[in-house]
Amino acid sequence: MSEPDANDAIVVKGLRKSYKKLEVLKDVSFSVKRGTMLALLGPNGAGKSTTVKILSTLLPFNDGSVSVEGYDVATEADKVRSVIGLTGQSAAVDELLTGRENLVMMGRLYRLTKESAKARADELLEEFDLVKAADRPAKTYSGGMRRRLDLAVSLIAAPPIIFLDEPTTGLDPRSRIAMWESIRRLMERGTTILLTTQYLEEADQLADRIIVIDNGGVIAEGTAKELKSKVGKDRLELTFKNDKTLALAKAELGKAAAEVDNDHTLSVVIDDTNKDVKDILEKLSKKKIAIESLAVHKPTLDDVFLSLTGKKKQAEKAEEK
Amino acid sequence: MAVELQFDKKPKILQSLTDSLLMIQRSSRHILRNTDQLLGTFFQPIMFLVLFSAVFGGAISLALPDGIGYLDFLMAGIIVQTLAFGSTTTAIAVSNDLQKGIVDRFRSLPMSNLAVLNGHVISDIFRNGISTAVMIITGLIMGFRSHAGVIEWLYIVGLLLLFTLMFSWLAAIMGVLSKSVEAVQWLSFIIVFPLTFASSAFVPTEGMNKFLKAFAENQPVTHVIEAIRALMLGTPIGNHGWMAAAWCIGILIFAVPVATILFKRRTVS
Repeated sequence: MSEPDANDAIVVKGLRKSYKKLEVLKDVSFSVKRGTMLALLGPNGAGKSTTVKILSTLLPFNDGSVSVEGYDVATEADKVRSVIGLTGQSAAVDELLTGRENLVMMGRLYRLTKESAKARADELLEEFDLVKAADRPAKTYSGGMRRRLDLAVSLIAAPPIIFLDEPTTGLDPRSRIAMWESIRRLMERGTTILLTTQYLEEADQLADRIIVIDNGGVIAEGTAKELKSKVGKDRLELTFKNDKTLALAKAELGKAAAEVDNDHTLSVVIDDTNKDVKDILEKLSKKKIAIESLAVHKPTLDDVFLSLTGKKKQAEKAEEK
Repeated sequence: MAVELQFDKKPKILQSLTDSLLMIQRSSRHILRNTDQLLGTFFQPIMFLVLFSAVFGGAISLALPDGIGYLDFLMAGIIVQTLAFGSTTTAIAVSNDLQKGIVDRFRSLPMSNLAVLNGHVISDIFRNGISTAVMIITGLIMGFRSHAGVIEWLYIVGLLLLFTLMFSWLAAIMGVLSKSVEAVQWLSFIIVFPLTFASSAFVPTEGMNKFLKAFAENQPVTHVIEAIRALMLGTPIGNHGWMAAAWCIGILIFAVPVATILFKRRTVS
Protein backbone atom coordinates (compact mmCIF):
# COMPACT_ATOMS: atom_id res chain seq x y z
CA MET A 1 0.00 0.00 0.00
CA SER A 2 1.28 3.44 -0.82
CA GLU A 3 2.13 5.93 1.89
CA PRO A 4 -1.05 7.79 2.97
CA ASP A 5 -0.93 11.50 2.23
CA ALA A 6 -1.38 13.53 5.43
CA ASN A 7 -3.22 16.16 3.42
CA ASP A 8 -5.98 13.77 2.43
CA ALA A 9 -9.08 13.98 4.63
CA ILE A 10 -10.83 11.15 2.79
CA VAL A 11 -9.17 8.21 1.08
CA VAL A 12 -11.19 5.56 -0.73
CA LYS A 13 -9.44 2.61 -2.32
CA GLY A 14 -10.90 -0.19 -4.41
CA LEU A 15 -14.36 0.21 -2.89
CA ARG A 16 -16.86 -2.48 -3.86
CA LYS A 17 -20.44 -2.90 -2.77
CA SER A 18 -23.09 -5.38 -3.85
CA TYR A 19 -26.68 -5.82 -2.81
CA LYS A 20 -27.16 -9.56 -3.17
CA LYS A 21 -26.14 -10.11 -6.81
CA LEU A 22 -26.41 -6.52 -7.95
CA GLU A 23 -23.04 -4.80 -8.03
CA VAL A 24 -23.58 -1.15 -7.10
CA LEU A 25 -19.97 -0.01 -6.75
CA LYS A 26 -17.22 -1.62 -8.79
CA ASP A 27 -13.76 -0.63 -7.69
CA VAL A 28 -14.22 3.03 -6.78
CA SER A 29 -11.09 4.92 -5.68
CA PHE A 30 -10.61 8.60 -4.93
CA SER A 31 -9.28 10.95 -2.32
CA VAL A 32 -10.24 14.38 -1.07
CA LYS A 33 -7.62 16.85 0.08
CA ARG A 34 -8.23 18.56 3.39
CA GLY A 35 -10.11 21.82 2.99
CA THR A 36 -11.28 21.16 -0.57
CA MET A 37 -14.53 20.10 -2.16
CA LEU A 38 -14.90 17.04 -4.33
CA ALA A 39 -18.09 16.58 -6.32
CA LEU A 40 -19.40 13.13 -7.15
CA LEU A 41 -21.32 13.68 -10.33
CA GLY A 42 -23.56 11.09 -11.86
CA PRO A 43 -27.11 10.21 -12.92
CA ASN A 44 -29.67 8.59 -10.65
CA GLY A 45 -28.60 5.11 -9.65
CA ALA A 46 -24.92 5.69 -10.46
CA GLY A 47 -23.88 4.84 -6.90
CA LYS A 48 -23.44 8.35 -5.44
CA SER A 49 -25.66 7.92 -2.43
CA THR A 50 -24.33 4.45 -1.76
CA THR A 51 -20.82 5.91 -1.66
CA VAL A 52 -21.87 8.63 0.78
CA LYS A 53 -23.68 6.13 2.98
CA ILE A 54 -20.59 3.95 3.14
CA LEU A 55 -18.32 6.89 3.93
CA SER A 56 -20.65 8.10 6.67
CA THR A 57 -20.71 4.61 8.31
CA LEU A 58 -24.34 3.94 7.40
CA LEU A 59 -23.61 0.98 5.13
CA PRO A 60 -21.13 -1.88 5.26
CA PHE A 61 -19.17 -2.66 2.10
CA ASN A 62 -17.75 -5.76 0.47
CA ASP A 63 -14.21 -4.87 -0.42
CA GLY A 64 -11.68 -2.05 -0.38
CA SER A 65 -10.71 0.46 2.27
CA VAL A 66 -12.19 3.78 3.35
CA SER A 67 -10.54 6.19 5.73
CA VAL A 68 -11.98 9.47 6.98
CA GLU A 69 -9.70 11.85 8.90
CA GLY A 70 -7.38 8.89 9.29
CA TYR A 71 -10.05 6.68 10.89
CA ASP A 72 -11.04 3.40 9.30
CA VAL A 73 -14.75 3.50 8.51
CA ALA A 74 -15.12 -0.25 9.00
CA THR A 75 -13.46 -0.54 12.40
CA GLU A 76 -13.60 2.94 13.95
CA ALA A 77 -17.15 3.98 13.10
CA ASP A 78 -17.68 5.97 16.29
CA LYS A 79 -14.57 8.06 15.72
CA VAL A 80 -15.59 8.70 12.11
CA ARG A 81 -19.05 9.79 13.29
CA SER A 82 -17.60 12.41 15.59
CA VAL A 83 -15.75 14.16 12.72
CA ILE A 84 -18.44 14.10 10.02
CA GLY A 85 -21.71 15.84 9.30
CA LEU A 86 -24.27 14.39 6.91
CA THR A 87 -26.78 16.44 4.97
CA GLY A 88 -29.20 15.75 2.19
CA GLN A 89 -31.38 12.99 0.95
CA SER A 90 -29.82 10.29 3.12
CA ALA A 91 -30.44 12.21 6.34
CA ALA A 92 -33.39 14.10 7.74
CA VAL A 93 -34.58 16.43 10.45
CA ASP A 94 -37.29 15.67 12.99
CA GLU A 95 -40.48 17.21 11.65
CA LEU A 96 -42.37 17.47 14.91
CA LEU A 97 -39.52 19.23 16.69
CA THR A 98 -38.80 22.92 16.14
CA GLY A 99 -35.70 24.05 14.29
CA ARG A 100 -34.03 25.02 17.53
CA GLU A 101 -34.95 21.75 19.25
CA ASN A 102 -33.53 19.81 16.31
CA LEU A 103 -30.26 21.70 16.51
CA VAL A 104 -29.85 21.40 20.26
CA MET A 105 -30.77 17.70 20.28
CA MET A 106 -28.33 16.83 17.50
CA GLY A 107 -25.65 18.94 19.18
CA ARG A 108 -26.10 17.02 22.41
CA LEU A 109 -25.94 13.74 20.50
CA TYR A 110 -22.61 14.95 19.09
CA ARG A 111 -21.55 15.17 22.76
CA LEU A 112 -21.68 18.96 22.98
CA THR A 113 -22.45 20.31 26.44
CA LYS A 114 -25.92 21.78 26.89
CA GLU A 115 -24.59 25.36 26.96
CA SER A 116 -22.45 24.86 23.86
CA ALA A 117 -25.31 23.21 21.97
CA LYS A 118 -27.67 26.08 22.77
CA ALA A 119 -25.19 28.81 21.91
CA ARG A 120 -24.18 27.10 18.69
CA ALA A 121 -27.86 26.56 17.76
CA ASP A 122 -28.48 30.31 18.11
CA GLU A 123 -25.47 31.05 15.96
CA LEU A 124 -26.56 28.68 13.20
CA LEU A 125 -30.18 29.87 13.24
CA GLU A 126 -28.81 33.34 12.65
CA GLU A 127 -26.42 32.25 9.91
CA PHE A 128 -29.03 30.23 8.04
CA ASP A 129 -31.72 32.87 8.32
CA LEU A 130 -34.01 30.72 10.45
CA VAL A 131 -34.33 32.94 13.52
CA LYS A 132 -37.99 33.77 12.90
CA ALA A 133 -38.89 30.13 12.29
CA ALA A 134 -36.70 28.81 15.10
CA ASP A 135 -39.53 27.86 17.40
CA ARG A 136 -41.90 26.43 14.81
CA PRO A 137 -42.05 22.69 14.10
CA ALA A 138 -39.90 21.78 11.11
CA LYS A 139 -42.89 20.30 9.30
CA THR A 140 -44.16 23.86 8.74
CA TYR A 141 -40.95 24.84 6.92
CA SER A 142 -40.69 25.36 3.16
CA GLY A 143 -38.43 23.10 1.12
CA GLY A 144 -35.59 25.61 1.14
CA MET A 145 -35.86 26.27 4.86
CA ARG A 146 -35.86 22.57 5.58
CA ARG A 147 -32.66 22.06 3.58
CA ARG A 148 -31.03 24.97 5.37
CA LEU A 149 -32.01 23.49 8.72
CA ASP A 150 -30.73 20.13 7.53
CA LEU A 151 -27.37 21.67 6.67
CA ALA A 152 -27.28 23.64 9.92
CA VAL A 153 -27.96 20.46 11.89
CA SER A 154 -24.99 18.71 10.32
CA LEU A 155 -22.78 21.70 11.23
CA ILE A 156 -23.85 21.87 14.86
CA ALA A 157 -20.63 20.39 16.22
CA ALA A 158 -18.51 22.05 13.51
CA PRO A 159 -17.19 18.76 12.12
CA PRO A 160 -14.17 19.10 9.82
CA ILE A 161 -15.79 16.95 7.12
CA ILE A 162 -19.25 17.40 5.62
CA PHE A 163 -21.10 15.08 3.26
CA LEU A 164 -23.65 16.88 1.14
CA ASP A 165 -25.86 14.30 -0.53
CA GLU A 166 -27.76 16.08 -3.31
CA PRO A 167 -28.34 19.15 -1.13
CA THR A 168 -30.35 21.07 -3.73
CA THR A 169 -32.36 18.36 -5.48
CA GLY A 170 -35.94 19.52 -5.75
CA LEU A 171 -35.27 23.11 -4.69
CA ASP A 172 -36.46 26.11 -6.67
CA PRO A 173 -33.71 28.21 -8.29
CA ARG A 174 -33.69 30.89 -5.61
CA SER A 175 -33.39 28.43 -2.75
CA ARG A 176 -30.69 26.62 -4.69
CA ILE A 177 -28.60 29.76 -5.01
CA ALA A 178 -29.08 30.52 -1.31
CA MET A 179 -27.93 26.99 -0.52
CA TRP A 180 -24.86 27.47 -2.71
CA GLU A 181 -24.02 30.61 -0.78
CA SER A 182 -24.15 28.68 2.49
CA ILE A 183 -21.96 25.95 1.05
CA ARG A 184 -19.41 28.52 -0.17
CA ARG A 185 -19.19 30.04 3.29
CA LEU A 186 -18.54 26.58 4.62
CA MET A 187 -15.68 26.14 2.18
CA GLU A 188 -14.18 29.47 3.15
CA ARG A 189 -13.82 28.14 6.67
CA GLY A 190 -11.72 25.25 5.47
CA THR A 191 -14.28 22.46 5.78
CA THR A 192 -13.60 19.40 3.67
CA ILE A 193 -16.69 18.64 1.62
CA LEU A 194 -17.86 15.70 -0.43
CA LEU A 195 -20.80 16.75 -2.57
CA THR A 196 -22.98 14.46 -4.63
CA THR A 197 -25.09 15.97 -7.33
CA GLN A 198 -26.76 15.26 -10.61
CA TYR A 199 -26.54 18.92 -11.56
CA LEU A 200 -23.47 19.70 -13.62
CA GLU A 201 -23.83 23.38 -12.95
CA GLU A 202 -23.66 22.73 -9.23
CA ALA A 203 -20.44 20.75 -9.50
CA ASP A 204 -19.02 23.36 -11.88
CA GLN A 205 -19.91 26.24 -9.54
CA LEU A 206 -18.76 24.78 -6.26
CA ALA A 207 -16.29 21.96 -6.48
CA ASP A 208 -12.48 22.02 -6.67
CA ARG A 209 -12.41 18.61 -8.26
CA ILE A 210 -15.03 16.47 -9.91
CA ILE A 211 -15.41 12.74 -10.23
CA VAL A 212 -17.90 11.45 -12.74
CA ILE A 213 -19.40 8.12 -11.82
CA ASP A 214 -21.75 5.97 -13.79
CA ASN A 215 -22.86 2.40 -13.30
CA GLY A 216 -20.85 2.11 -10.08
CA GLY A 217 -17.49 3.09 -11.53
CA VAL A 218 -15.40 6.24 -11.86
CA ILE A 219 -15.38 7.24 -15.54
CA ALA A 220 -13.55 10.58 -15.33
CA GLU A 221 -11.77 12.73 -12.81
CA GLY A 222 -10.35 16.24 -12.77
CA THR A 223 -11.18 19.92 -12.34
CA ALA A 224 -14.18 21.29 -14.19
CA LYS A 225 -11.77 22.92 -16.64
CA GLU A 226 -9.85 19.72 -17.28
CA LEU A 227 -13.01 17.75 -17.85
CA LYS A 228 -14.34 20.33 -20.26
CA SER A 229 -11.13 20.44 -22.24
CA LYS A 230 -11.43 16.69 -22.73
CA VAL A 231 -14.59 17.20 -24.71
CA GLY A 232 -13.42 19.96 -26.95
CA LYS A 233 -12.28 23.53 -27.29
CA ASP A 234 -14.22 26.75 -27.31
CA ARG A 235 -15.96 27.57 -30.56
CA LEU A 236 -16.97 30.86 -32.11
CA GLU A 237 -20.26 30.68 -33.95
CA LEU A 238 -20.94 33.30 -36.59
CA THR A 239 -24.30 33.74 -38.26
CA PHE A 240 -24.70 35.63 -41.55
CA LYS A 241 -27.63 37.19 -43.25
CA ASN A 242 -27.69 35.17 -46.48
CA ASP A 243 -25.90 32.64 -48.66
CA LYS A 244 -23.80 35.31 -50.29
CA THR A 245 -22.18 36.72 -47.16
CA LEU A 246 -21.84 33.20 -45.83
CA ALA A 247 -19.86 32.15 -48.90
CA LEU A 248 -17.64 35.23 -48.66
CA ALA A 249 -16.89 34.60 -45.00
CA LYS A 250 -16.20 30.96 -45.66
CA ALA A 251 -13.71 31.86 -48.34
CA GLU A 252 -12.02 34.36 -46.05
CA LEU A 253 -11.72 32.08 -43.01
CA GLY A 254 -10.70 28.98 -44.91
CA LYS A 255 -10.69 25.45 -43.54
CA ALA A 256 -10.97 26.51 -39.90
CA ALA A 257 -14.62 27.38 -40.43
CA ALA A 258 -17.23 24.66 -40.65
CA GLU A 259 -20.79 25.27 -41.73
CA VAL A 260 -23.41 24.23 -39.22
CA ASP A 261 -27.17 23.86 -39.08
CA ASN A 262 -27.95 25.29 -42.56
CA ASP A 263 -28.94 28.65 -41.14
CA HIS A 264 -25.98 30.60 -42.51
CA THR A 265 -23.85 29.77 -39.48
CA LEU A 266 -20.14 29.03 -39.36
CA SER A 267 -18.37 27.45 -36.42
CA VAL A 268 -14.68 28.16 -35.81
CA VAL A 269 -12.58 26.35 -33.20
CA ILE A 270 -10.62 28.84 -31.10
CA ASP A 271 -7.74 28.35 -28.68
CA ASP A 272 -7.28 31.74 -27.14
CA THR A 273 -10.71 33.29 -26.95
CA ASN A 274 -9.68 36.97 -26.80
CA LYS A 275 -7.03 36.91 -29.47
CA ASP A 276 -8.70 34.53 -31.91
CA VAL A 277 -12.08 36.25 -31.80
CA LYS A 278 -10.42 39.60 -32.41
CA ASP A 279 -8.46 38.21 -35.37
CA ILE A 280 -11.50 36.66 -36.97
CA LEU A 281 -13.62 39.76 -36.56
CA GLU A 282 -10.85 41.94 -38.00
CA LYS A 283 -10.50 39.69 -41.02
CA LEU A 284 -14.22 39.88 -41.72
CA SER A 285 -14.53 43.61 -41.20
CA LYS A 286 -11.63 44.31 -43.58
CA LYS A 287 -13.64 42.59 -46.32
CA LYS A 288 -16.80 44.37 -45.10
CA ILE A 289 -18.60 41.13 -44.50
CA ALA A 290 -21.53 41.85 -42.18
CA ILE A 291 -22.18 39.50 -39.29
CA GLU A 292 -25.74 39.01 -38.14
CA SER A 293 -24.88 37.56 -34.74
CA LEU A 294 -22.07 35.81 -32.97
CA ALA A 295 -21.63 33.64 -29.90
CA VAL A 296 -18.75 31.97 -28.10
CA HIS A 297 -19.70 28.44 -27.21
CA LYS A 298 -17.76 26.87 -24.34
CA PRO A 299 -18.15 23.15 -23.71
CA THR A 300 -20.30 22.65 -20.63
CA LEU A 301 -20.11 19.86 -18.13
CA ASP A 302 -23.28 18.62 -19.79
CA ASP A 303 -21.24 18.00 -22.91
CA VAL A 304 -18.64 16.21 -20.80
CA PHE A 305 -21.16 14.18 -18.99
CA LEU A 306 -23.17 13.15 -21.98
CA SER A 307 -20.16 12.23 -24.05
CA LEU A 308 -18.69 10.23 -21.16
CA THR A 309 -21.82 8.36 -20.30
CA GLY A 310 -22.65 7.74 -23.93
CA LYS A 311 -26.13 9.02 -23.58
CA LYS A 312 -25.77 12.00 -25.80
CA LYS A 313 -28.00 10.71 -28.53
CA GLN A 314 -30.77 9.76 -26.14
CA ALA A 315 -30.62 13.15 -24.51
CA GLU A 316 -30.79 14.94 -27.84
CA LYS A 317 -33.76 12.90 -28.84
CA ALA A 318 -35.48 13.71 -25.59
CA GLU A 319 -34.81 17.39 -26.17
CA GLU A 320 -36.39 17.35 -29.61
CA LYS A 321 -39.63 16.10 -28.12
CA MET B 1 -17.37 30.70 14.30
CA ALA B 2 -17.85 32.75 17.42
CA VAL B 3 -19.01 30.10 19.83
CA GLU B 4 -16.33 28.01 21.39
CA LEU B 5 -17.56 24.45 21.50
CA GLN B 6 -17.27 22.43 24.69
CA PHE B 7 -17.65 18.67 24.52
CA ASP B 8 -18.82 16.36 27.29
CA LYS B 9 -16.10 14.01 28.37
CA LYS B 10 -18.35 11.59 30.20
CA PRO B 11 -17.67 7.84 30.28
CA LYS B 12 -19.41 5.86 27.57
CA ILE B 13 -22.11 4.38 29.83
CA LEU B 14 -23.21 7.81 31.04
CA GLN B 15 -23.23 9.08 27.49
CA SER B 16 -25.54 6.26 26.40
CA LEU B 17 -27.80 7.28 29.24
CA THR B 18 -27.79 10.89 28.04
CA ASP B 19 -28.61 9.65 24.53
CA SER B 20 -31.61 7.72 25.86
CA LEU B 21 -32.78 10.72 27.88
CA LEU B 22 -32.54 12.92 24.79
CA MET B 23 -34.54 10.38 22.80
CA ILE B 24 -37.17 10.15 25.56
CA GLN B 25 -37.45 13.94 25.47
CA ARG B 26 -37.83 13.78 21.69
CA SER B 27 -40.54 11.09 21.72
CA SER B 28 -42.40 12.82 24.55
CA ARG B 29 -42.47 16.02 22.52
CA HIS B 30 -43.88 14.00 19.63
CA ILE B 31 -46.66 12.75 21.87
CA LEU B 32 -47.51 16.24 23.11
CA ARG B 33 -47.50 17.71 19.59
CA ASN B 34 -49.45 14.98 17.89
CA THR B 35 -52.80 16.42 18.92
CA ASP B 36 -54.93 13.79 17.15
CA GLN B 37 -53.17 11.03 19.02
CA LEU B 38 -53.36 12.97 22.25
CA LEU B 39 -57.14 13.33 21.92
CA GLY B 40 -57.30 9.57 21.43
CA THR B 41 -55.28 9.13 24.59
CA PHE B 42 -57.94 11.04 26.52
CA PHE B 43 -61.19 10.02 24.91
CA GLN B 44 -60.70 6.43 23.84
CA PRO B 45 -60.49 5.13 27.42
CA ILE B 46 -63.54 7.14 28.45
CA MET B 47 -65.51 5.86 25.47
CA PHE B 48 -64.51 2.25 26.06
CA LEU B 49 -65.34 2.38 29.72
CA VAL B 50 -68.73 3.99 29.21
CA LEU B 51 -69.72 1.77 26.28
CA PHE B 52 -68.62 -1.52 27.75
CA SER B 53 -70.18 -0.97 31.13
CA ALA B 54 -73.41 0.31 29.60
CA VAL B 55 -73.73 -2.31 26.83
CA PHE B 56 -72.44 -5.46 28.53
CA GLY B 57 -72.99 -4.51 32.16
CA GLY B 58 -76.59 -5.67 32.48
CA ALA B 59 -76.11 -9.06 30.85
CA ILE B 60 -72.74 -9.95 32.29
CA SER B 61 -73.38 -8.92 35.88
CA LEU B 62 -75.71 -11.95 36.07
CA ALA B 63 -72.67 -14.20 35.59
CA LEU B 64 -70.55 -12.44 38.18
CA PRO B 65 -70.19 -13.57 41.78
CA ASP B 66 -72.53 -11.88 44.25
CA GLY B 67 -71.42 -8.49 45.45
CA ILE B 68 -69.25 -7.65 42.44
CA GLY B 69 -70.68 -5.09 40.03
CA TYR B 70 -69.72 -5.15 36.36
CA LEU B 71 -67.90 -1.81 36.53
CA ASP B 72 -65.66 -3.10 39.32
CA PHE B 73 -65.03 -6.28 37.33
CA LEU B 74 -64.40 -4.34 34.10
CA MET B 75 -61.87 -1.80 35.40
CA ALA B 76 -58.86 -4.14 35.46
CA GLY B 77 -59.70 -5.60 32.06
CA ILE B 78 -60.28 -2.33 30.31
CA ILE B 79 -57.13 -0.75 31.72
CA VAL B 80 -55.00 -3.65 30.52
CA GLN B 81 -56.72 -3.67 27.13
CA THR B 82 -56.20 0.06 26.66
CA LEU B 83 -52.53 -0.26 27.60
CA ALA B 84 -52.06 -3.10 25.11
CA PHE B 85 -53.67 -1.08 22.31
CA GLY B 86 -51.84 2.07 23.38
CA SER B 87 -48.47 0.37 23.14
CA THR B 88 -48.91 -0.05 19.42
CA THR B 89 -48.11 3.64 19.04
CA THR B 90 -44.53 2.59 19.78
CA ALA B 91 -44.73 0.42 16.68
CA ILE B 92 -46.05 3.33 14.62
CA ALA B 93 -43.38 5.69 15.93
CA VAL B 94 -40.57 3.22 15.18
CA SER B 95 -41.93 2.53 11.71
CA ASN B 96 -42.24 6.27 11.01
CA ASP B 97 -38.66 6.93 12.05
CA LEU B 98 -37.38 4.16 9.82
CA GLN B 99 -39.23 5.50 6.81
CA LYS B 100 -38.42 9.17 7.19
CA GLY B 101 -34.64 8.84 7.16
CA ILE B 102 -34.18 10.35 10.61
CA VAL B 103 -32.71 7.05 11.78
CA ASP B 104 -29.94 7.45 9.21
CA ARG B 105 -29.17 10.85 10.66
CA PHE B 106 -28.99 9.38 14.15
CA ARG B 107 -26.77 6.59 12.93
CA SER B 108 -24.33 9.08 11.45
CA LEU B 109 -23.92 10.58 14.94
CA PRO B 110 -21.64 9.21 17.66
CA MET B 111 -24.63 8.06 19.72
CA SER B 112 -26.02 4.82 21.14
CA ASN B 113 -28.22 3.00 18.62
CA LEU B 114 -30.49 1.58 21.27
CA ALA B 115 -31.43 5.09 22.44
CA VAL B 116 -33.97 5.58 19.63
CA LEU B 117 -36.00 2.54 20.70
CA ASN B 118 -35.61 3.41 24.39
CA GLY B 119 -37.02 6.85 23.68
CA HIS B 120 -40.17 5.54 22.05
CA VAL B 121 -40.76 2.78 24.60
CA ILE B 122 -40.28 4.95 27.67
CA SER B 123 -42.29 7.89 26.39
CA ASP B 124 -45.06 5.44 25.57
CA ILE B 125 -45.20 4.64 29.26
CA PHE B 126 -45.90 8.31 30.00
CA ARG B 127 -48.71 8.37 27.48
CA ASN B 128 -50.17 5.15 28.79
CA GLY B 129 -49.94 6.57 32.30
CA ILE B 130 -52.18 9.44 31.20
CA SER B 131 -54.69 7.01 29.66
CA THR B 132 -54.77 4.94 32.81
CA ALA B 133 -55.29 7.95 35.06
CA VAL B 134 -58.12 9.19 32.82
CA MET B 135 -59.74 5.78 32.99
CA ILE B 136 -59.52 5.46 36.74
CA ILE B 137 -60.94 8.95 37.27
CA THR B 138 -63.78 8.22 34.85
CA GLY B 139 -64.38 4.93 36.62
CA LEU B 140 -64.53 6.65 40.00
CA ILE B 141 -67.05 9.16 38.65
CA MET B 142 -69.14 6.28 37.31
CA GLY B 143 -69.13 4.54 40.67
CA PHE B 144 -66.10 2.29 40.67
CA ARG B 145 -64.84 1.61 44.18
CA SER B 146 -61.64 -0.25 44.97
CA HIS B 147 -60.72 -2.15 48.09
CA ALA B 148 -57.00 -1.70 47.49
CA GLY B 149 -54.80 0.04 50.04
CA VAL B 150 -51.56 1.85 49.35
CA ILE B 151 -49.50 -1.35 49.12
CA GLU B 152 -51.96 -2.91 46.67
CA TRP B 153 -51.95 0.22 44.53
CA LEU B 154 -48.15 0.13 44.43
CA TYR B 155 -48.36 -3.47 43.24
CA ILE B 156 -50.94 -2.45 40.64
CA VAL B 157 -48.81 0.41 39.35
CA GLY B 158 -45.71 -1.79 39.27
CA LEU B 159 -47.45 -4.56 37.36
CA LEU B 160 -49.02 -2.14 34.88
CA LEU B 161 -45.60 -0.57 34.27
CA LEU B 162 -44.07 -3.96 33.64
CA PHE B 163 -46.94 -4.89 31.33
CA THR B 164 -46.73 -1.67 29.29
CA LEU B 165 -42.97 -2.00 29.03
CA MET B 166 -43.34 -5.55 27.74
CA PHE B 167 -46.01 -4.66 25.22
CA SER B 168 -44.10 -1.61 23.99
CA TRP B 169 -41.01 -3.70 23.33
CA LEU B 170 -43.13 -6.22 21.44
CA ALA B 171 -44.59 -3.28 19.53
CA ALA B 172 -41.06 -2.07 18.77
CA ILE B 173 -40.42 -5.44 17.10
CA MET B 174 -43.60 -5.03 15.05
CA GLY B 175 -42.52 -1.52 14.09
CA VAL B 176 -39.12 -2.71 12.90
CA LEU B 177 -40.59 -5.63 10.94
CA SER B 178 -43.31 -3.63 9.20
CA LYS B 179 -42.68 -2.06 5.85
CA SER B 180 -45.24 0.70 6.34
CA VAL B 181 -47.36 2.37 8.99
CA GLU B 182 -50.46 0.67 7.52
CA ALA B 183 -48.80 -2.69 8.00
CA VAL B 184 -48.10 -1.80 11.63
CA GLN B 185 -51.75 -1.03 12.17
CA TRP B 186 -53.14 -4.33 10.95
CA LEU B 187 -50.29 -6.35 12.39
CA SER B 188 -50.78 -4.95 15.87
CA PHE B 189 -54.53 -5.34 15.48
CA ILE B 190 -54.36 -9.06 14.76
CA ILE B 191 -52.00 -9.60 17.68
CA VAL B 192 -53.50 -7.33 20.30
CA PHE B 193 -57.18 -7.96 19.58
CA PRO B 194 -57.22 -11.75 20.20
CA LEU B 195 -54.91 -11.45 23.19
CA THR B 196 -57.12 -8.93 24.94
CA PHE B 197 -60.54 -10.30 23.95
CA ALA B 198 -59.74 -13.99 24.44
CA SER B 199 -59.07 -13.21 28.08
CA SER B 200 -60.99 -12.43 31.21
CA ALA B 201 -60.92 -8.71 30.40
CA PHE B 202 -64.65 -8.28 29.70
CA VAL B 203 -66.33 -11.53 30.67
CA PRO B 204 -65.58 -14.36 33.11
CA THR B 205 -63.96 -17.26 31.27
CA GLU B 206 -66.50 -19.77 32.62
CA GLY B 207 -68.86 -19.35 29.70
CA MET B 208 -66.23 -19.90 26.97
CA ASN B 209 -65.87 -23.20 25.09
CA LYS B 210 -63.22 -25.68 26.24
CA PHE B 211 -60.37 -24.65 23.94
CA LEU B 212 -60.91 -20.94 24.17
CA LYS B 213 -61.19 -21.25 27.93
CA ALA B 214 -57.92 -23.16 28.16
CA PHE B 215 -56.21 -20.49 26.09
CA ALA B 216 -57.84 -17.56 27.85
CA GLU B 217 -57.04 -18.81 31.32
CA ASN B 218 -53.38 -19.46 30.65
CA GLN B 219 -52.29 -16.58 28.47
CA PRO B 220 -50.28 -13.72 29.97
CA VAL B 221 -52.86 -10.97 29.49
CA THR B 222 -55.39 -12.88 31.61
CA HIS B 223 -52.84 -13.38 34.38
CA VAL B 224 -52.14 -9.65 34.43
CA ILE B 225 -55.85 -8.80 34.42
CA GLU B 226 -56.70 -11.32 37.14
CA ALA B 227 -53.83 -10.13 39.33
CA ILE B 228 -54.88 -6.49 39.04
CA ARG B 229 -58.56 -7.33 39.50
CA ALA B 230 -57.77 -9.26 42.67
CA LEU B 231 -55.63 -6.42 43.99
CA MET B 232 -58.35 -3.87 43.22
CA LEU B 233 -61.24 -5.87 44.59
CA GLY B 234 -59.45 -7.46 47.52
CA THR B 235 -60.24 -10.99 46.31
CA PRO B 236 -57.70 -13.87 46.52
CA ILE B 237 -54.93 -13.33 43.96
CA GLY B 238 -53.84 -16.99 43.71
CA ASN B 239 -50.82 -17.50 41.49
CA HIS B 240 -51.83 -14.75 39.06
CA GLY B 241 -49.43 -12.17 40.50
CA TRP B 242 -46.37 -14.33 40.09
CA MET B 243 -47.45 -15.69 36.75
CA ALA B 244 -48.13 -12.20 35.42
CA ALA B 245 -44.74 -10.91 36.54
CA ALA B 246 -42.95 -14.00 35.23
CA TRP B 247 -44.62 -13.72 31.80
CA CYS B 248 -43.83 -10.02 31.49
CA ILE B 249 -40.20 -10.41 32.53
CA GLY B 250 -39.78 -13.49 30.35
CA ILE B 251 -41.15 -11.73 27.27
CA LEU B 252 -39.02 -8.65 28.03
CA ILE B 253 -35.86 -10.78 28.18
CA PHE B 254 -36.77 -12.04 24.72
CA ALA B 255 -38.14 -8.83 23.19
CA VAL B 256 -35.47 -6.26 24.11
CA PRO B 257 -32.52 -8.00 22.42
CA VAL B 258 -34.64 -9.16 19.47
CA ALA B 259 -35.94 -5.63 18.84
CA THR B 260 -32.41 -4.22 19.14
CA ILE B 261 -30.88 -6.75 16.75
CA LEU B 262 -33.68 -6.40 14.21
CA PHE B 263 -33.45 -2.61 14.42
CA LYS B 264 -29.73 -2.70 13.72
CA ARG B 265 -30.19 -5.15 10.88
CA ARG B 266 -33.01 -3.14 9.32
CA THR B 267 -31.08 0.10 9.42
CA VAL B 268 -27.87 -1.28 7.95
CA SER B 269 -29.27 -2.60 4.67
